[in-house]
Amino acid sequence: MKHRLEPFKFGLRDGIPIALGYLAVSFSFGIMAKGAGIGTLEAAVMSFTNLTSAGQFAALGIIQSGAPLLEMAATQLIINLRYCLMSCSLSQKLSGNMPFFHRFLMAYGVTDEIFGVSVCREGVLSPFYTYGLLCAAVPGWTLGTVLGAVSGDLLPERLLSALNVAIYGMFLAVVIPPARESRVLAGIVLVSMAASLVFSSVPFFSEISSGFRIILLTVLIAGGAAYLFPRKEESHED
Amino acid sequence: MKTDVYLYILVMAAVTYLVRMLPLTLIKKEIKNTYLKSFLYYVPYVTLSVMTFPAILSATGSIWSGTAAFAAAVILAYFRKSLLQVSIAACAAAFVADLFLV
Repeated sequence: MKHRLEPFKFGLRDGIPIALGYLAVSFSFGIMAKGAGIGTLEAAVMSFTNLTSAGQFAALGIIQSGAPLLEMAATQLIINLRYCLMSCSLSQKLSGNMPFFHRFLMAYGVTDEIFGVSVCREGVLSPFYTYGLLCAAVPGWTLGTVLGAVSGDLLPERLLSALNVAIYGMFLAVVIPPARESRVLAGIVLVSMAASLVFSSVPFFSEISSGFRIILLTVLIAGGAAYLFPRKEESHED
Repeated sequence: MKTDVYLYILVMAAVTYLVRMLPLTLIKKEIKNTYLKSFLYYVPYVTLSVMTFPAILSATGSIWSGTAAFAAAVILAYFRKSLLQVSIAACAAAFVADLFLV
């Protein structure tokens, strides 16, 4: 029992900053959904079943314009293709002995944040750690959507905008400590940020959608790094 | 005829779930290829860095509070503070910076 409860509790704890960040982002999603003429319940169902930010924001415009379902499918595929890469990466962190149904449940939770925190755990990943993260993050995401749709302007704007950085703070807390230990990782983090800055500010590049930018840069930089600095046989340094 | 919103939601949820689920269930073995393994190992570091910067700078009321949040998070993360501590420090830095600036 302990081997389940322990990782679950850790997951729940690490899920709090995710939930806070989600609350802020989904709050603004709720406001926008309402503005796009989508009902509170519909918005909540969308958040609960999709659990993705960029895809849901894009969906609002598609629903509003009454575009064909195929367009919705294609848009979601492109924006969320990065999850495919993340799932490949995550598959390498799972134990071969783990009952198979866990993979179906864990798949639901492959978001940027949950993936980022899960994959950087040392050693084999317990599904219960991910479930802990989910138990904090999913209510945060869904509840935030409802609150945003119902009470758009109840929270002071200043507080909301400050909450927006919670997720980024967490990402930095994930990537920086290992980058301290490894020059290759430090270089990768710096190059990634610099390239991302270029892509978001230089004309032409900045027209590339953020979902696609993430895929493109991830493939290029992680691919280049793997070519230049292939890692030695042992799969975990610890 | 207007398509039901729930039909849209169903389509998007299905596509998003499949994208997440297929690699996780199809790749059951440990990948042996060193290049591929290294690539997958590096993926999260690139993805998270790309998503964080420069987005964090424009996530708040002004670029200054975004920069304050970024600086606070980098410093605390460097000293290996927990995810929650780093996040809260970033939010607090942004909030305080906005109080003074806006």
